[in-house]
Amino acid sequence: MTDTAVDRSPAATTDPLLAVEDLHVSFQRGNTAVQAVAGISFTMQQGETLGLVGESGCGKTTTGRAIVQVERATSGRIRFGDTELTALNRGGLRTLRTQVQMIFQDPISSLNPRRRITDVVAEPLTIWKIGTKEERRQTANAMLDQVGIDPVVNGSRRPREFSGGQCQRISIARALMLKPKLLVCDEIVSALDVSVQAQILNLLEDLKQEYNLTILFIAHDLAVVKNVSDRVAVMYLGKLCEIAPADLLYEAPAHHYTAALLASAVEPDPEAERTTVALSGEPPSPINPPSGCRFRTRCPRAEARCADEVPEMRAIAPGHQVACHFPIGS
Amino acid sequence: MSGRRLLEVEDLNVTFATSRGDLRAVQGVSLTLDQGKTLGIVGESGSGKTVLSRAIMGLLPRASTTQTGSVRYDGTEILNAPNADLRKLWSTHIAMVFQDPMTSLNPVQRIGHQITEPLRIHLDVSKSEAKETALSLLMQVGIPSPVERYDAYPGQLSGGMRQRVMIAIALACAPRLLMADEPTTGLDVTVQAQILDLLGQLQHDRDMAMILVTHDLGVVATRTDEIIVMYAGNVVERAPTNVLFKSMAMPYTEALLESMPRIANPSHTRLTAIEGRPPDLLHPPTGCPFAPRCPYAQDKCRSEKPPLLEATPGHSYACWFPLTAGDRRPDPEPSQTVTA
Repeated sequence: MTDTAVDRSPAATTDPLLAVEDLHVSFQRGNTAVQAVAGISFTMQQGETLGLVGESGCGKTTTGRAIVQVERATSGRIRFGDTELTALNRGGLRTLRTQVQMIFQDPISSLNPRRRITDVVAEPLTIWKIGTKEERRQTANAMLDQVGIDPVVNGSRRPREFSGGQCQRISIARALMLKPKLLVCDEIVSALDVSVQAQILNLLEDLKQEYNLTILFIAHDLAVVKNVSDRVAVMYLGKLCEIAPADLLYEAPAHHYTAALLASAVEPDPEAERTTVALSGEPPSPINPPSGCRFRTRCPRAEARCADEVPEMRAIAPGHQVACHFPIGS
Repeated sequence: MSGRRLLEVEDLNVTFATSRGDLRAVQGVSLTLDQGKTLGIVGESGSGKTVLSRAIMGLLPRASTTQTGSVRYDGTEILNAPNADLRKLWSTHIAMVFQDPMTSLNPVQRIGHQITEPLRIHLDVSKSEAKETALSLLMQVGIPSPVERYDAYPGQLSGGMRQRVMIAIALACAPRLLMADEPTTGLDVTVQAQILDLLGQLQHDRDMAMILVTHDLGVVATRTDEIIVMYAGNVVERAPTNVLFKSMAMPYTEALLESMPRIANPSHTRLTAIEGRPPDLLHPPTGCPFAPRCPYAQDKCRSEKPPLLEATPGHSYACWFPLTAGDRRPDPEPSQTVTA
């Protein structure tokens, strides 16, 4: 099963499965509004994995939560197929969640500790009253089997009897029960050991093929994101910096923030070049973000124009967009 | 001054008495560390790396643990030494940077107080001298506007800044050995790189020895002189860093490295996962602890535990069929797709 890097994303001419347009999400903190997501736009094609990478506080998790409508958008549009998600009422949202599912970071606390795992996994069917009780149990067991949990031995055990990696498999099984089209994965491997992380990433790749899933993969680990993604988007302080096919982005980053992130990554190779850290300091507060380009306060290439003018996303190559006045290599 | 033997650990065993029986968290570990050198201890969760570092520090609870073997610091035996003796070593000779910067600082004391406290206790300096040293330390660890930060509470600082404060506290009394247990776990990549560079630079400036405990082979690859790999409480391989990466002998080390996604590889490269889970340390297997998950395991591996032997100078491993033996090694069985 050695998958080589083939471009498996369908031609960009078809209608996207998900289109996010100028999405804003703000949180009220006392008298100030924190703009967690400050106007981002992107699309996802059916069957594609889009990696969303950035440091803590950049708004990547909020973006994911806004797409599954756990967080409501302050403004902007999220179109899923023919449905405008921001306009949905409660009933509409309920139906939406059969199509869009989310998997969370902490595998153990995202499962109900008091329930047997077969019941946890069968619950989506129970809620929608699909099949008889026996049929639901069988479907749940088949799904558990597929994610590598033996349902005969383990079906009546409770979440605390499983390791973190096993709990994440159970979470994946639960998310797939209603055959969703879009899966939002928020840091699903960051709490796991590397050997278990590899098992889960491989499983996700297999299931993506089998169920023709479209995946928004949110993570901070650059190597993990590259491994699973067809395209990668980089976020900084609520804005998108750059979006490009995975291999291209890592090979020829155009945004100075992407380049700095890559320079900071550690590789398990003693002969790897150790670049002196290109980035000093920490991201400014999203309560009072810098004017113009939000990265300018830490950018090695910043000029007066960067403070005056917000850089818009623009294409510099097919499929490669960057929000920078002075992108690398131009 | 480089080259002086600072730390010698011999046949260290740590056993926890639990309600379900004895848990052998560290089994027969030996290591040495010279002044100015960096040792990396690598392993997954439950491998015993944190217990080992705490046993060296003398920080494990005495009542529920049995610690045997020897830990010598600068020639003096410190394993099971009375706390009063250890207190004279802590901070001034051996200091530790703990794993979690969010919870390791006292939330209701100002940063300045927490840095000056060890100085006042151990070095008996005046209040104003201590403050001067603390401000210079805050500057050295790269905290902007140290004078304002001196009066701040931990909750007012970000995770990266708190870890810098932890490092400042550890360095306050100029220790000769610094233990850093997962110093960058939970920090962002750009901050991780800053902290690792900072540790490396301070170590160089002060000719300090350092033990870097981590689960991430990437962190130790370019920042250590020697690495020991731990699995299920045992050291399974030990080698100088460049030797380890070039000619690793233990299948577990190889598996750990190959299960890591690499930026250098194209996207959708299939990862080599290690199937199964580490053994239960309450009931360890009789043979090699890695045998149940090892693709090369033979009958001998399951029945007889391989000793840690030095094969070439400085390079030891515990394996009956090391990767470096080439032809002696049987072909791996095809790996199954998914098991937990």
